[in-house]
Amino acid sequence: MSFETLVFYFLASILLFAGLRVVTARHPVHAALFLVLSFFTGAGLWLLLEAEFLAITLVLVYIGAVMVLFLFVVMMLNLNIDKMRQGFWDNLPLAAFVGILMAIEMTLVMTVVGRSVVTSPESHAANYSNTKELGRLLYTDYVYPFELAAVILLVAIVAAIAITMRRRPETKHQDPAWQVSVKREDRVRLISMPAEKKGE
Amino acid sequence: MNELVMTLQGFFGFAWPLVYSMAKIVAIVAPLMLGLAYLTYAERKIIGYMQVRIGPNRVGPKGWLQPIADGLKLLMKEIVIPAGANKGIFLLAPVLAIGPALAAWAVVPFSPELVLANINASVLYIMAITSMGVYGIVLAGWASNSKYAFLGGMRAAAQIVSYEIAMGFALVGVLMAAQSLNLGEIVKAQQGGVFNWYWLPLFPLFIVYLISGLAELNRAPFDVVEGESEIIGFHVEYSGMSFAIFFLAEYANMILVATLTSLMFLGGWNPLFDFAPFNWIPGIFWLLAKVLFVLFLFLWFRATFPRYRYDQIMRLGWKVFIPVTLVWIVVVSAAMQTPFGYLFH
Repeated sequence: MSFETLVFYFLASILLFAGLRVVTARHPVHAALFLVLSFFTGAGLWLLLEAEFLAITLVLVYIGAVMVLFLFVVMMLNLNIDKMRQGFWDNLPLAAFVGILMAIEMTLVMTVVGRSVVTSPESHAANYSNTKELGRLLYTDYVYPFELAAVILLVAIVAAIAITMRRRPETKHQDPAWQVSVKREDRVRLISMPAEKKGE
Repeated sequence: MNELVMTLQGFFGFAWPLVYSMAKIVAIVAPLMLGLAYLTYAERKIIGYMQVRIGPNRVGPKGWLQPIADGLKLLMKEIVIPAGANKGIFLLAPVLAIGPALAAWAVVPFSPELVLANINASVLYIMAITSMGVYGIVLAGWASNSKYAFLGGMRAAAQIVSYEIAMGFALVGVLMAAQSLNLGEIVKAQQGGVFNWYWLPLFPLFIVYLISGLAELNRAPFDVVEGESEIIGFHVEYSGMSFAIFFLAEYANMILVATLTSLMFLGGWNPLFDFAPFNWIPGIFWLLAKVLFVLFLFLWFRATFPRYRYDQIMRLGWKVFIPVTLVWIVVVSAAMQTPFGYLFH
């Protein structure tokens, strides 16, 4: 068994354990943290496949941004844990059926269909830059699908803002432009009046 | 030197790669720990002199042993775990704060040859690893079972996540100019004197990176987590060593941001001027001098500027810095297609 295989089994066992705990952990915050762990080990597995750009992006986007917001929401909501676990046993048969079906499908794809298509990646020299190759491919061969994806994302952003934006006239807010450009005359009034006592 | 390495290699046998990596890690972390202990001392002294007082001067000659005494004090103190706190996560949070702060140093080059892991995507790696530091803060705030700590954690986390975007865009400008994600290559692209460094062509990005770095560190003038007038920091419930770990993480991150600023905008180990007396000095001293200069700026800012209000912090990040970086990225990429492109390389 080579060193890579050893690392693979090590990471894979952590990934499986973390994935299982995401489902079984009692507390939602713990579940979210196990999801973070599973993303991190997943990134480690991708590194083994020499997909360093994807691995680092997985950490950057999913752990650094998505899961932080996820944790925000889970922590802010006052979740009733007992209520969440209600109906666990009722839903288990259906969930198990779907899960097993997916596992069978993936095994089929990986072993029967995929064997001829998906081969293990050939290893590259140490100075080979995965990031550079990916960038070149995205901006040359796949530039139209890439731009299309960008436009769809932009539409999604605009839509999300349009849906959630409400005018709240009752909230007080500062206008920094006015704060900066305020003059003395706006704040202080100088009154000219005679002195009441003169020269003591 | 080589003979010594060979002898040791024979002694440790197949465990040698592990031992050698460990030795290199210690060679980075040990000076870092010493450096950040004395950074706390420098901070108190420098701010002291700026405020016309002496600063620590009782422990050891001129107060030189003050950081050691502080460390010992924190080691001796009891770690109080609040009632109703989530104990496991409460103790895990400081570890999650310092882990990324130290792990990021793996790819930082100190000279063209002196780097632990010379990976191609080192800038990306640093962004990914440092973005994980926010977990320590969120979890510390949540696990303390205190409304003040929780609100503080939320604020600090929102601040860090917001400024990360501006920081990332500033780095995009740097990697466009250097055409590489490798920190060593980025420094190599700034070969030459002070006018060849990226602070000049990428000046807006340099300023944005420096200030976002401060905001990312939760340091003055963005240190709402330490605001005396509204004590709602994520670490209000931490004491003793568990607090000290957060403190160490903050200072390790501070040195990291200063080093990255020096590497990416201030020419790294390139001498100030690329002629006679200046280029006799070895590069690592130049790097060190630049790091110290940026750290001094951080301390100076702390002594000078009043603390930002929370909504002002958010406004600055989202409405000023992100547009500035976006505009400058477009300017750089457009200019690179013109005959003036050489200005940005």
